[in-house]
Amino acid sequence: MSQLPALFWVFAYLSLLTVGGGLAAFPELKALTVERYHWLSFQELIRFYSLGQIAPGPNMMMVTAVGEHVAGVIGALVVVIAFFGPTGVLTLGTGRLWRRLEGWRWRDPIQCGLAPVSVGLLVAGAISLAKGALIGPTSVLIAGVVFLLLVRTKINPAVLVLCGAGAGLYAFGLG
Amino acid sequence: MVVPSAPPVEATLSQIFRAFLLVGATSFGGGVMAYLRSSLVEKHGWLDDEGFVQFLAMSQSLPGLNSTNMAVLVGDRLRGTPGAIVATVGICLPGAFLMFFVGMLHRQHGARPLVTAAFHGVTAAAVGLVAAVALQIGRKVLTRVDDLAFVALAVIGVSVLHQSVLIVLFVVSALAVWWYRPRDDAPGPPAR
Repeated sequence: MSQLPALFWVFAYLSLLTVGGGLAAFPELKALTVERYHWLSFQELIRFYSLGQIAPGPNMMMVTAVGEHVAGVIGALVVVIAFFGPTGVLTLGTGRLWRRLEGWRWRDPIQCGLAPVSVGLLVAGAISLAKGALIGPTSVLIAGVVFLLLVRTKINPAVLVLCGAGAGLYAFGLG
Repeated sequence: MVVPSAPPVEATLSQIFRAFLLVGATSFGGGVMAYLRSSLVEKHGWLDDEGFVQFLAMSQSLPGLNSTNMAVLVGDRLRGTPGAIVATVGICLPGAFLMFFVGMLHRQHGARPLVTAAFHGVTAAAVGLVAAVALQIGRKVLTRVDDLAFVALAVIGVSVLHQSVLIVLFVVSALAVWWYRPRDDAPGPPAR
């Protein structure tokens, strides 16, 4: 229970960093939930994040797993409200203001400037995830095959991640 | 860029909720935007293609997830604040329940050797997935050589210098916006 205020502030703060996608906030998600508050291990975070990528809906619903991990149902509820509430209000306000900013000369520079920064943050998030998830040649191979198939074909990523589970069982479970 | 004005058709709160709930329940594997487009534009006709692209551009440059930002913007356009709320709850609900139960199951079975082995494969596959997503988004939004410098600065700030994402976001964005600042003698930055 004593963790609830910290849960709220951490996830409200993280939500503001998700410019371009949830992955942008991943390094900070790790720094706060793993290193600062010790709510879960890096491996647990990576597992939740990975499954969250193929779960339906917004790709950061894994935050409920972290909330549940820390404080059960109430923890999950607090995390969801913190993660989607403040940014939702911000988006609502900005959406209504946007039309009035039509002629504002800084609007296009802001869009042009934010685009490459958000891509950089996505790449940094991918690097942070890779550091924890790529534990040897076999996992590098799995990641590489999934990457190539996704870039070259239109296979649903959920299918590939499930195949990854099978490959993991075969490579690491039958030793 | 013109934001679409009055709603083209009437939509009730329950219709909005059900439409977003369906997308939230069926969009396995990510790519929620494609599901949203097919529901909002093709199935319900609540937006035309142009309106969808404009909302999408706004969603991407605001904090928050693109898909929930879309839910807020479209819900608000159709039915004001209550519309924004039911759309957001609808798109989040199925995934939230699923990941909640994943968390509970993981507490009970997460330490088993076979579960650990399967997760080694799942997390490795997720790395391939996020790398592919980053590449696809990069290909779409990076249009100028200058952009690459800001991509590199953001990566270096977070991954090499281990600065907080907040600081990197502010410092590098400020630099980038200044770089693309409005100039009186030029027509301005290229339209995207």
